[in-house]
Amino acid sequence: MVTARAVAETVTDPELPMLTLSDLGVLRDVQETADGVVVTITPTYTGCPAMDAMRADLSSALHRAGYGEVDVRTVLSPAWTTDWITPEGKLKLAEAGIAPPGAAPRGPISLSLVPPVKRVPCPQCGSPDTQLLSEFSATACKSLRRCRSCDEPFEHIKEI
Amino acid sequence: MSFDNAYEALTEENDARWAFGTGFADPLAGMDTSVPSGVDAGELARSCLWLGDDALIMSHRLQEWCAAAPELEDEVALANIGLDLLGQARLLLARAAKADPGMVPVVDQSDEDALAFFRDAEDFHNVRLVELGGGDFAFLMARLLVFATWRLALLQRLANAPDPVLAAIAVKGVKELTYHRDYAARWVVRLGDGTALSHDRMQDGLADVWPYVDELFDDDAELRAEFDAVIAQVCAAGTLQIPVVSRIPEQAGHTEHLEPLLAEMQSVARAHPDATW
Repeated sequence: MVTARAVAETVTDPELPMLTLSDLGVLRDVQETADGVVVTITPTYTGCPAMDAMRADLSSALHRAGYGEVDVRTVLSPAWTTDWITPEGKLKLAEAGIAPPGAAPRGPISLSLVPPVKRVPCPQCGSPDTQLLSEFSATACKSLRRCRSCDEPFEHIKEI
Repeated sequence: MSFDNAYEALTEENDARWAFGTGFADPLAGMDTSVPSGVDAGELARSCLWLGDDALIMSHRLQEWCAAAPELEDEVALANIGLDLLGQARLLLARAAKADPGMVPVVDQSDEDALAFFRDAEDFHNVRLVELGGGDFAFLMARLLVFATWRLALLQRLANAPDPVLAAIAVKGVKELTYHRDYAARWVVRLGDGTALSHDRMQDGLADVWPYVDELFDDDAELRAEFDAVIAQVCAAGTLQIPVVSRIPEQAGHTEHLEPLLAEMQSVARAHPDATW
């Protein structure tokens, strides 16, 4: 029988289907117990509406693999950070045309009246000459940018 | 199950309704929600309820701007900010209910839905700032700047709250509010330091919001000083005057804006209490 961890690690994110939950860093723990499996996940953003789909997908994958009781638990602390996206996950994002995040900010929070200058290469053509259009995009975890070289808009996982 | 894109998931039969309204799993599922010793459960519940109500009502006001903002990017931004706050509200209301089940109206609903949809205006504890209706985009940005600056300072302190659930909600909230505050501050500067017309409208927006600022702080001078320092920085960059309040709003209780807001927000849940959508 495939281990519960191996099964859980195949489940993909509902909104970023090129990534597994493990790549994204939201799969925090998988424990096999006498009765079944306890899986622990953490939300990316507090309002992330995909948490229920993640729970359902994890449960059905583990049931299909022959595990009985599946208990999917939420953990809020420590809070998810984009630093938990695995190197492989970042490569998969870039291949899918979504610019991966750089290092998450640390230290005291400062007010930034102009968007910080970030070097986010275009995932289409590789040009470093890209601009921020909006810090908010189609999902809570992404911002919207545009490449000045090839003119293509693209999404970027913003650092938190 | 997995899908090629998020929209396929929405049309799947018996899906988990992940992008819809009610019927969600408990957002605190599997968490230890026992109240730590030394923490007054009633006081904790009240704090969470108040913070949750602020987030819920502000989220609703932001959602009203979907399809009404000046640019598509801003509709997306306002919807995102509203979603973050709605997420905070879900966790906080659920936390409040776990700490003091007695505050939840007795209806056949999850705790968070019962608190959001089956309380009347007099039982909501949100600050009046968030319930105010109407106003233009400048008013919205003034309000969001005030709200996000205040709440960010507040949640930064609550990151050390003795209740680990509240502390964890606060830590996540701080990351989100940092983006909200920057967004509002940049618009306030852009409008304030823009044309004569945009400057005047931004100044008017601040003036309309300011009567509701003092009541955010009680007697907490330290929190107020943190807030004032941020506002001073934004207003200076936007060539704006920090308003002097001459008109004190009527004391105590909600404004006349809350009841119509709740009537709309609660209408579907109350008309169809058994429905999930």
